[in-house]
Amino acid sequence: MAKRLTVSASPHVRSHETTTGIMLDVILALVPALVMSAVYFGTRALCLAAVTVGTAVLSEYLSRKIMKRDNTLGDLSAVVTGLILAFNLPATLPLWMAAIGSVIAIVIVKQLFGGIGQNFVNPAITARIILMMSFPSAMAKWIVPFSSAWSPDAVTAATPMAVLANVTGGDVSAVEGLPSLVQMLIGAHGGSMGEVCSIALLSGAFYLLLRRVISPAIPFSFIGTVAVVMLIAGKGNLQFLAYELLGGGLILGAFFMATDYSTSPINRKGRIIFGIGCGLITAVIRLFGSLPEGVSFSIILMNILVPHIERLTTSKPFGYEKPEKKKEEAAKA
Amino acid sequence: MAEKESLFKEFTKGIVIENPVLRLVLGTCPTLATTTSVRSALGMGLAASIVLVCSNVVISALRKVIPSKVRIPAYIVVIASFVTIVQMLVKAFTPELDEQLGVFLPLIVVNCIILGRAEAFAGKNPVLASAVDGLGMGIGFTAALFLMGTVREVLGAGSFLGLSIPVLSQNPMLIFILPPGGFFVFGMLMACVNKLAESRGKPRAQLRGCDACPMAATCKLHNEAAPEQPAEEEATA
Repeated sequence: MAKRLTVSASPHVRSHETTTGIMLDVILALVPALVMSAVYFGTRALCLAAVTVGTAVLSEYLSRKIMKRDNTLGDLSAVVTGLILAFNLPATLPLWMAAIGSVIAIVIVKQLFGGIGQNFVNPAITARIILMMSFPSAMAKWIVPFSSAWSPDAVTAATPMAVLANVTGGDVSAVEGLPSLVQMLIGAHGGSMGEVCSIALLSGAFYLLLRRVISPAIPFSFIGTVAVVMLIAGKGNLQFLAYELLGGGLILGAFFMATDYSTSPINRKGRIIFGIGCGLITAVIRLFGSLPEGVSFSIILMNILVPHIERLTTSKPFGYEKPEKKKEEAAKA
Repeated sequence: MAEKESLFKEFTKGIVIENPVLRLVLGTCPTLATTTSVRSALGMGLAASIVLVCSNVVISALRKVIPSKVRIPAYIVVIASFVTIVQMLVKAFTPELDEQLGVFLPLIVVNCIILGRAEAFAGKNPVLASAVDGLGMGIGFTAALFLMGTVREVLGAGSFLGLSIPVLSQNPMLIFILPPGGFFVFGMLMACVNKLAESRGKPRAQLRGCDACPMAATCKLHNEAAPEQPAEEEATA
């Protein structure tokens, strides 16, 4: 008789998902936006992405080597971080600054805290914020699409978000310089490399949702909260709402960065709280802050709150009953 | 001979092994606030060192006169007198430094390094040893501030002591002279000094708890009270 029964310790049912597979899905989902950014900002955009990805991979390899830990290049997470970082940068950014950003993301934010799954904030967003605070002028040089990003005096323009910051009471027609809504959708306006083309980002996000790589809880509660606040702030002006939702890094942030596994809550209730928090902070910064855009700050702030959200939303074990409060004792005392 | 050796030990311990900022994690607030440039870091370090040495000497000389119940107010009075003198001198001779340091100069009164040394050392030891201890701690404090100020000014402003450095000054990483950069440099320096101390068999510095504190052996709280009560008022100040 051959062995019919295998005795082993649990778990017995395993998922076939691997980190590499998930990261590959994310990379695939980012490709349309990368292609569109190459269309709008030319080869310079691809060059920038190559630099961030290359530096990210190299610094991951070197830091693992120096810290005498296993090589984790195979899980492709460094490639994803590099790619998302590139999406967060203006296409004109000097390449060495982009490289510094990648090193910050991988070495300081990720590897010093223990590598993949151990970072407490999103590496790409943190790198973007550090670059933004370090090189404010270079990080705010938004060129007009189809003008060459290679030349030092490329045509620059205010991003839709900067224009929207001047809008009061939701009256969009009162300000000049806003692209049309169709332009907003296809991405023909100034902005970070990867955030401009909403359609490409949404198609990537749809693919991730379909593959169940990301759950809809965070992006939908995030964008939904921004929508509700903007509807109120714009006094019901739908055009203002549409600009707020399509502009800036909201779609990129909500679908690709807020959903990062290691920096978002585990269960649905926590995720919805996380998304609402992100949305509120984004809306408050956009409406009242001195910066035109607040997606990155909202995500990093909520990342820091994740352990507390997790503690408040631990799932109840089956059949658990709340211990009754001893009212009599309290009354006596 | 043995006397001299122990004095030398009191002097050197403040520089690395018991460095007040990087190992005892005291005086963090002025450290982060005044290290945006080398000049103000050095000014702060020197001013605090002068106050530290002088107050250590006076407190040590008066240690048998001061009743232990009112020792903290007594220490503060001594320290505040020296801070006032130093502040007047700085205002008179280097008014620009006074402007740079701002409120942190009078705040030396409540600097926990100085009060900490008075409480942990000068209140129990003879005058000469206290003076040497204050000098060592002062040099340790100044050195830590100088290092932090150098890193932050070179990377964050592209200059050193106000002289601009050719390549770096074109695109300085502003974040280093902003508060987040200060915390970052502070953490990195602390890690380096921890590594240095660990290689000599000393425990690493921790922000909480008494066991890892290099002062645990001489600390009253640690030896008399239960170990559950860490001396947090020092660590948080």
